[in-house]
Amino acid sequence: MERHPAFKPCICLFQVSSDQIEQLHRRFKQLSGEQPTIRKENFNKVPDLELNPIRSKIIHAFFDNRNLRKGPSGVADEINFEDFLTIMSYFRPIDISMDEEQVELCRKEKLRFLFHMYDSDSDGRITLEEYRNVVEELLSGNPHIEKESARSIADGAMMEAASICVGQMEPDQVYEGITFEDFLKIWQGIDIETKMHVRFLNMETMALCH
Amino acid sequence: MSEALRLGAKGGDKPNTLRRSGRDPRESRTHRGAACAWSFEDVAKGSVEPQWAEVKPKEGQEEGEFKVRCEKGTFECGCGKETRSGDAAGSSSRAGEGERGQWRRVWALPLLLEGGGQDLRQHPAHVGSSSRSPHPRPVPRVTRTDPASSYRNCGLLCPGLRASWSPGPLRPSPPDSLPGAALTWAWMRTLGSWPSRLVATMSGNLTRTHAKGTQRAYVLARAPAHPRIQGLSPATPRQRRLGSAGPVSRSWVTREEVIVTIKQLTCGRLPSRPSGLSWDRVQEFPPRQRAPGRAGTVTAASPRERSAPRRRSGQAQQDLPATCACQPGAERWRWWCAGALALALGGLPPARSVEQEPGAHSSIDGFQVVTFKWHHVQDPYIIALWILVASLAKIVFHLSHKVTSVVPESALLIVLGLVLGGIVWAADHSASFTLTPTLFFFYLLPPIVLDAGYFMPNRLFFGNLGTILLYAVIGTVWNAATTGLSLYGVFLSGLMGDLKIGLLDFLLFGSLIAAVDPVAVLAVFEEVHVNEVLFIIVFGESLLNDAVTVVLYNVFESFVTLGGDNVTSVDCVKGVVSFFVVSLGGTLVGVFFAFLLSLVTRFTKHVRIIEPGFVFIISYLSYLTSEMLSLSAILAITFCGICCKKYVTANISEQSATTVRYTMKMLASGAETIIFMFLGISAVDPLIWTWNTAFVLLTLVFISVYRAIGVVLQTWVLNRYRMVQLEIIDQVVMSYGGLRGAVAYALVVLLDKNKVKEKNLFVSTTIIVVFFTVIFQGLTIKPLVQWLKVKRSEHREPKLNEKLHGRAFDHILSAIEDISGQIGHNYLRDKWSNFDRKFLSKVLMRRSAQKSRDRILNVFHELNLKDAISYVAEGERRGSLAFIRSPSTDNIVNVDFSTPRPSTMEASVSYFLRENVSAVCLDMQSLEQRRRSIRDTEDMVTHHTLQQYLYKPRQEYKHLYSRHELTPSEDEKQDKEIFHRTMRKRLESFKSAKLGINQNKKAAKLYKRERAQKRRNSSIPNGKLPMESPVRSFTIEERDLEFSDPEETHGYEAEELSGGIEFLAKVRQDTATDSTAGIDNPVFSPDEDLGVLARVPPWLSPEETVVPSQRARVQIPGSPGNFPRLTPIRLSTKSADSFLLADGNAEEARHHGLPASTHM
Repeated sequence: MERHPAFKPCICLFQVSSDQIEQLHRRFKQLSGEQPTIRKENFNKVPDLELNPIRSKIIHAFFDNRNLRKGPSGVADEINFEDFLTIMSYFRPIDISMDEEQVELCRKEKLRFLFHMYDSDSDGRITLEEYRNVVEELLSGNPHIEKESARSIADGAMMEAASICVGQMEPDQVYEGITFEDFLKIWQGIDIETKMHVRFLNMETMALCH
Repeated sequence: MSEALRLGAKGGDKPNTLRRSGRDPRESRTHRGAACAWSFEDVAKGSVEPQWAEVKPKEGQEEGEFKVRCEKGTFECGCGKETRSGDAAGSSSRAGEGERGQWRRVWALPLLLEGGGQDLRQHPAHVGSSSRSPHPRPVPRVTRTDPASSYRNCGLLCPGLRASWSPGPLRPSPPDSLPGAALTWAWMRTLGSWPSRLVATMSGNLTRTHAKGTQRAYVLARAPAHPRIQGLSPATPRQRRLGSAGPVSRSWVTREEVIVTIKQLTCGRLPSRPSGLSWDRVQEFPPRQRAPGRAGTVTAASPRERSAPRRRSGQAQQDLPATCACQPGAERWRWWCAGALALALGGLPPARSVEQEPGAHSSIDGFQVVTFKWHHVQDPYIIALWILVASLAKIVFHLSHKVTSVVPESALLIVLGLVLGGIVWAADHSASFTLTPTLFFFYLLPPIVLDAGYFMPNRLFFGNLGTILLYAVIGTVWNAATTGLSLYGVFLSGLMGDLKIGLLDFLLFGSLIAAVDPVAVLAVFEEVHVNEVLFIIVFGESLLNDAVTVVLYNVFESFVTLGGDNVTSVDCVKGVVSFFVVSLGGTLVGVFFAFLLSLVTRFTKHVRIIEPGFVFIISYLSYLTSEMLSLSAILAITFCGICCKKYVTANISEQSATTVRYTMKMLASGAETIIFMFLGISAVDPLIWTWNTAFVLLTLVFISVYRAIGVVLQTWVLNRYRMVQLEIIDQVVMSYGGLRGAVAYALVVLLDKNKVKEKNLFVSTTIIVVFFTVIFQGLTIKPLVQWLKVKRSEHREPKLNEKLHGRAFDHILSAIEDISGQIGHNYLRDKWSNFDRKFLSKVLMRRSAQKSRDRILNVFHELNLKDAISYVAEGERRGSLAFIRSPSTDNIVNVDFSTPRPSTMEASVSYFLRENVSAVCLDMQSLEQRRRSIRDTEDMVTHHTLQQYLYKPRQEYKHLYSRHELTPSEDEKQDKEIFHRTMRKRLESFKSAKLGINQNKKAAKLYKRERAQKRRNSSIPNGKLPMESPVRSFTIEERDLEFSDPEETHGYEAEELSGGIEFLAKVRQDTATDSTAGIDNPVFSPDEDLGVLARVPPWLSPEETVVPSQRARVQIPGSPGNFPRLTPIRLSTKSADSFLLADGNAEEARHHGLPASTHM
């Protein structure tokens, strides 16, 4: 498996309990229709997903090579169960037994998932356009918010990001977009313990890969 | 005569019928003949306490005195002045009053028991009007706490009739059968002469006072503004205050005794007949030395008064002469009528007689210019004073930051209460002000709980609901059971000595002491700032355990009542069932009222001013309703607050929301203050203290130890399921934070002493426990938290990015749960929010609110507003915006917005506004106008805060700044436009480096020209901001916030097309061709030509140049350099001179006269 250069082998990301693997496997087969791989269309079968405003982004994330650690960019057509598990393991909660470094690493990986979701053109930078797209989709759940408002918000957020990351900018300085480092900076001090974890994965863990 | 009334003997032909009655005449039973014998016999045995009896005299037998003989003795009953002929004593019976054949009430209570069959008149103890008894008898002392002695003193009947006194002990009666009394005018008249002063003891309105269980008695002294009664004044039971006040017309006197000074009352015609004084005991004050042979100290009031108050007025005139005439020795009365106890058995409550004779007194007394009516205001006055004292104490505490940072306020208040209670006790030897359960549960607790529910961080709360419920239910049961059982175990070992106490009593005590108290927890934890998860768990537990406490308390109390042997397993099952009913029922009641409240506020558009009232009233109703249904009231009001908040804040106007917020906080904080202070005061009462060292100490030990054990056990279970683990230090804080408080105290005071024999011990122990937990643990928890390095909560400014990402995470998580087929927490939340959006919000929210309510939008606007206010605040701090133009700073003024500036903190309104930016109503002055304004309508598209904050003022002052009529139909569009334009402006300046140089140069030229033009038109003095009217200046500043520079929008389209957008976060100076260039922040750039702009959005028509306002043209603008979100600032020649506009009214007036804008 080819790894994205940014990825260090992180054992924690590949830990899902055996029970859950079975469970997820059942679910996987259910989604794929007993096929070994899953395609984007398969996700349309999930009824509850329909109401999710960023449905397409999330589904896309499942096929994103970066998330699958298969390459710096590009989209996979179909994913097998192992890939599916890889995605799922992003949502593993931080184990209490992990040391500081691991926690930090896990946190980084989780944020990277989100970052990749924003950075649709895989250039390592969330540009304003990309940001706007996401915000529009995020707010599309509320029919009363107009596109213009969403844009304004994205703009405001972008400015905020700029001021956080660059601080006092020089007059000629140009802020081109949020890099992953900037992204981490934005998240500094914000607890994501409850935000990026799914409880069902919070079980006894065992190594899946390696 | 007495034979005629020996009813037992004459049962057959029933010459008289005696009816024995309870207090309620409707329950009276008629006993004829022999039947009545038993009743009196029972009285003699002391087993029955008849209130009164009624006697119907036989025709032609209208004696005033009846004797009833039974085996035990003779009962003598008088039937008052209804009697027609004089009795044997011949003193004072009058004619003409009683009707024949009518029931007459015989006051049977003092039925005087004489030794076996002895003739009353020969009895040495006999006293009566006839004064035949040779033996003077001293006035028995009456103490108010001894009903038995009251009985003894009650031995009297009507004046002029036979009265006698019972020397033997009578059974003490429970307080509610204590006889009332009536001293009536009729009686006074009967006396014929008047004592100079009277002391009235106890009160008449017994049902009211005793039902409350208070010792306080009300004396209705509606006397009579009669010239001869100079006044009533309160006196303590020890009669220390003897002075008399001015005439009292109508007062509730809350003292046990009142002194009445009666001057120069002679037997004569009274001008009119005031209503009765209703007193238990009236005697002359000071008691006179009685002349030998005049033993009578006890006379009686006329019972008739009670049965016929309505007749009084009419009869007064005609009665009096007759009465006086019938009294052969009127002068003698003067001597022995000094003290009198008039019984009001079953009589009308005094209050009613007041109502029946309104204005009867007015004809006597002349008009008084000034009257001193302390009694009139006494109760509310004292309450207000106490509240004032508590509030002042809070101020004093906070004078010293050192003290409050170490000692929690609740502890200080308790100590203060102890001190004040001590003072009151020392002065008065009575603990009249205590924290009664009624006061606590009905008035003090609801605001606190409502506040807690309303401001509950819902997400956090529901996210940890499972944990909270486990602690609240299992934890509380565990605590109650273990504490109770352990105490019982120790009791069995004999360590506590001899107590009249059983297992159930211990469990009852355990159940009331087990519950963690929301008030105490809030008070202490608010100052500790532990992390929010920890806080919500402890606090949520304290709120939700109410249902468990209520149920356990009720169950064990009823078990105690039943007695340990009678408790069946069915009762236990019932107890468990009642837990579910109480908790779920309470919750449902709360949710129902929240629904109602939301629905009501949806329709309050036209009654904005009372909007906040609904929030409080309906929430309070939820509390009362569930109390009425004996459900958990705390749960009801908590969930009412939790559920309604979203819809209520969306529905009510921003001002109302602010009102609600502040009122709620004020009520809650005030109630909390009072609770803690009164807890302290209540402890100063020797009557409640019973000390048992082993019991108290062991209780303290057990509640702490078992709390810790319970927390550890439950956390161990919970951590297997929790995502965020609760660590050891969290558990320590949770164990240590189990504070007990006023709920436990109020519950223990509620106990019935007859059922729970050791109530006093429980009360004392509870007080000790509460004081220990609040003072000692409250004092030490802060150092503990610091020492353990518990994760603290940190207050961060909300960040837009954070909110957006958080939202993204929510959706991702719910999607992951969907995909993996789990039904987890996120799944549920997602489904709930969908349901809420689709159905609930549609029903409960206004349509406009539905549109604009989005958390992200809110944050966005908050931040925008905050920036704007920072900007203005900086200007205000410096006195004017002149600082911005100061050349020395090279057009970049670094304003430090991160730290508060103490020097201006108090003076600066803007500082306040900044602190509460989300809540702020900048447009305070215009509240009135706004209410009338058509603008305050629903038709807006963008966020209504924006509309209020940014748009409104402009509309308010449009006559100043715009020559174009703004019709309401355009408002919508304008709002939208302004909203987007603001953002565009910001963006615009970012890319100005890339695209905008030429344009900006063009624009700069334009500005230059305008400026020159303007300078010709006006010269505006660079005045100082008027500090005395900061609010006013704000309203003007606000207007500018929405003003955008139309020129800036030119490049927008181009920018849209360009692929890479570059942000320039710093001011570009190249546009500032003018030497006096200021900084033009596009957000603040003025633009008044809204009529035009509204129709043609500037970015769509770049050719149309709209000239900035004259203010903009005249002044050199400036802006602070480092607004985080307003950084897209461009130096330009334009001015944000609106600050100057705020300089004074003259300034404004001048502007008013000027052309507001210029088209080019």
